[in-house]
Amino acid sequence: MKDMKSKTKRPKLKKFLVSLRNSKMGTMGSVILVFFLLLAIIGPIIYPFNPQVFGTGREILNSPSMHHLLGTDDMGRDVLGNLIAGSRISLLVGIMATLISMIIGTVLGILAGYYNKRIGSLIMQFTDFFLVIPWLPLMLVLAVILGTSIWNIILVIGLTGWAGTARVVRAQTLSVKERPFIERAVAIGSSGRHIMVKHILPNVFPLVFANTILVSAVAILSETTLSFLGLGDPTQPSWGMMLHYAFESGAASIGAYWFFIPPGLAVVLVVLGFTFLGYAFDEILNPKLKGR
Amino acid sequence: MELLEVKNLKTYFKTQKGMVKAVDGVSYSLDYGKVLGLVGESGCGKTTTALSIAKLLPPEGEIVSGEILLEGEDLLKLSKNKFKRKRWKDVSIIFQGAMSALNPVMKVGLQIAEALMLHEKLTYKQAMNRTKELFKLVEIDENRVSNYPHEFSGGMKQRVMIAMALACNPKVVIGDEPTTALDVMVQAQILNLLEKLKKEINMGLILITHDLSVLGEICDNVCVMYAGKIVENGTVEKIFNNHKHPYTHKLIKAFPNIHGERKLSTSIPGNPPNLLTPPSGCRFHPRCEFADEKCRTKEPELNKVGDHHFVACHYGGAFI
Amino acid sequence: MSDVVKIKDLKVYFDIQRGFLEDILSKEKLQVKAVGGVSLTIGKGEIVSLVGESGSGKTTIGKAVLDLVPTTNGEIVFMGESLKNKNKMEKKLFRQKAQMIFQDPYQSLNPKDIILDIVAEPLIVHKLVHTEMEKIERVKNALEMAGLVPGEDFLYHYPHELSGGQRQRVAIAGAIILDPEFIVADEPVSMLDVSIRIGILSLMMDLREQKGISYLFITHDLSLAWVISDKIAILYLGKIMEIGNADIIINSCLHPYSHALTSVMPVPKVSKGKERIILQGETPDPIHLPSGCRFHPRCPKAFEKCIIDEPDLIEVSSEHFVACHLFPRGCEMID
Repeated sequence: MKDMKSKTKRPKLKKFLVSLRNSKMGTMGSVILVFFLLLAIIGPIIYPFNPQVFGTGREILNSPSMHHLLGTDDMGRDVLGNLIAGSRISLLVGIMATLISMIIGTVLGILAGYYNKRIGSLIMQFTDFFLVIPWLPLMLVLAVILGTSIWNIILVIGLTGWAGTARVVRAQTLSVKERPFIERAVAIGSSGRHIMVKHILPNVFPLVFANTILVSAVAILSETTLSFLGLGDPTQPSWGMMLHYAFESGAASIGAYWFFIPPGLAVVLVVLGFTFLGYAFDEILNPKLKGR
Repeated sequence: MELLEVKNLKTYFKTQKGMVKAVDGVSYSLDYGKVLGLVGESGCGKTTTALSIAKLLPPEGEIVSGEILLEGEDLLKLSKNKFKRKRWKDVSIIFQGAMSALNPVMKVGLQIAEALMLHEKLTYKQAMNRTKELFKLVEIDENRVSNYPHEFSGGMKQRVMIAMALACNPKVVIGDEPTTALDVMVQAQILNLLEKLKKEINMGLILITHDLSVLGEICDNVCVMYAGKIVENGTVEKIFNNHKHPYTHKLIKAFPNIHGERKLSTSIPGNPPNLLTPPSGCRFHPRCEFADEKCRTKEPELNKVGDHHFVACHYGGAFI
Repeated sequence: MSDVVKIKDLKVYFDIQRGFLEDILSKEKLQVKAVGGVSLTIGKGEIVSLVGESGSGKTTIGKAVLDLVPTTNGEIVFMGESLKNKNKMEKKLFRQKAQMIFQDPYQSLNPKDIILDIVAEPLIVHKLVHTEMEKIERVKNALEMAGLVPGEDFLYHYPHELSGGQRQRVAIAGAIILDPEFIVADEPVSMLDVSIRIGILSLMMDLREQKGISYLFITHDLSLAWVISDKIAILYLGKIMEIGNADIIINSCLHPYSHALTSVMPVPKVSKGKERIILQGETPDPIHLPSGCRFHPRCPKAFEKCIIDEPDLIEVSSEHFVACHLFPRGCEMID
């Protein structure tokens, strides 16, 4: 007889973390992201240098020294301080925007998949509109209309990034819908809402989660792009804004590498971290992909 | 000399949780023009023995010991390349779920011809002619060689798979549950076809199935497997009319017999055993109503209880 | 004995999705005529089997009876009330009393749910429990009634941790927890090991004894149908060819298709050289149905009338009906 010992709810999280640790990409990705998360959360506390303090004329664009570990920017501000503060902004924007995208995308995707005749077609046509429109011009237009405060940026990125998720979630919903346990739920008398929330969502969720990670990478990159183009919030020192000022002030031509390389590198690393994690999740969810 | 002799085959699988002893010391033989039925429930190891003979085990599987003698030659001692030439030419398999084993975007005739061109080094024209002959043999219209798989019904696809298995005139064909997914009428057609082929080609056929009643229709000899071991081995008459092992008895009774009483027999209690840690002694003892201390501690050997009849039970039929 | 389920001339046709151009150009409307007019009654505590090969429509009938597929024509009467006229509330009540057990125990339970939630779901959906304690108690009882003893050992497991037979018992527990009158069992044991099948079938019959549940048992296995049912209906291409008492169908069936089926039915004994009526070809697709009697292209006894007229289901003796021109109206003297 199969051993049926009494069990209380035991942690599936532990199993998941173990498989994450076993994957090289997963470990690397997690390490990178945890580092930046810590940087964002406790960095400003440990490094209390006020990034907004302007320097005097002599302190503009100084190369790294004992006093300023990463040098100063075009206003004499400490680059390292700005980098740390910027991590908060960039990550915040990235995560919040992703959340908005994911929620819209998942809800619409499940609805389109479950009611896949009239309502589904309508939703998908709406989604296709967003998929097809080039996102940068769309974002630029929205940013100009809504204004450039940090919350508007989050909204803009969130409202333009959900279409891919919706498509993917819809496809998965269509597949899950055909499985016998959904038919059983109908036979029991469950309402559509009950089925979508209790049966479809949990089975679509792993995919959504993996997708979220990748969307986060795009969101952070989007923020950086918007800020770089001058549409970011000028009061917030995000990495994108740093790059913007670096470009504007001609730091590149002067050779003030300490100004633009750190934020650029930071963005690249964070995006890489998310991408690795996304791949790792993909592998965990699809064990057949292991050993690619 | 027997056509095929499997001697003390042990095939284990390496898993995260340990060594699964899928086939643990199995011996049987097959003669020319005869049909051997390997029967047992899921997990008993019957498919694994077939895959072992054709050396088509997944990477975790490993033939740990034993001999597989095809016309006297030990297949396990051959080098990889030498064996590759023998596979499909001497031993071929009709796989389980054969209907989905066909490439959907390739014409059916070409899929068979491909195997022929590869193994027999025929030209395309020769291979297609042979394919048409094969179709005729399995009772499909020759002109259908240029059809795609989706244009065939389930039963016809199974015939195509049989044709493919016969392409290189193998000496031994292993059918792994060839009729399981088919309708009862189509199943009857396929069994009829296999019987006819057996006579015409004189090939040896190993029929693997969980359906005991199918065995009665075309098998000459039957091996009953349980938990990686053979529990009873004999002619089909002996197995059905004079079986000795409690498991065989229960298995046969589990199939409704319309010539018998119209009621459900008692089920076999418990579940099929865990092959990571199989039960001590006789593997069937936890589910056997007659088990005693000897059964729990000592593993029974396959003993001869009659002409062409072997049983692995300490009490060999005393209770039946 | 009042009838629990009455199926009246049920027809289920599915439209086929075709390419855009084909849809405009071709006048003919192509449909899969899965069920072509089936009538059947199931009494209280009765087990009726629908036996047929693929394409026979047996699964579609099972789903139509439970309102899980849209019907094209005909009526389903459950406990004296037609399903047609029910509103949403009434349909929900219907679902409490009529349940289904599915073929695949590996797919019919949500892999993300624990057993407790799976079995409790009907209670939650119909708002029949109000406390966690009550829920756990009822689920435990249902599990134990389905043979999973002790019930509390299974509550917090996931389906993939149980064997096939155990999963099917969980499915049964979920089906009986609301005390249904009627269960449709769609090939409930075909994916289970032979030694496990008997346990599940015994359980179903015990529930019939103890609770008077009626069953519509769908299977392709005639011998299984013979062992457990009271009545057997033989289906071919969406219509009943013959229906009657289980013993009569197996031992003295009349329809040529029934004859063929019973002759090729595997039995656990040596049967080489047995007289078998093996029909040629396979069941044609339900889109292009043969004219007249659906079975005529493969029937060894077909004659001219069979190609033109579709035979009606005639009662040839008590509760024994056959749809075949060999047994026309007026031949009821057979006993």
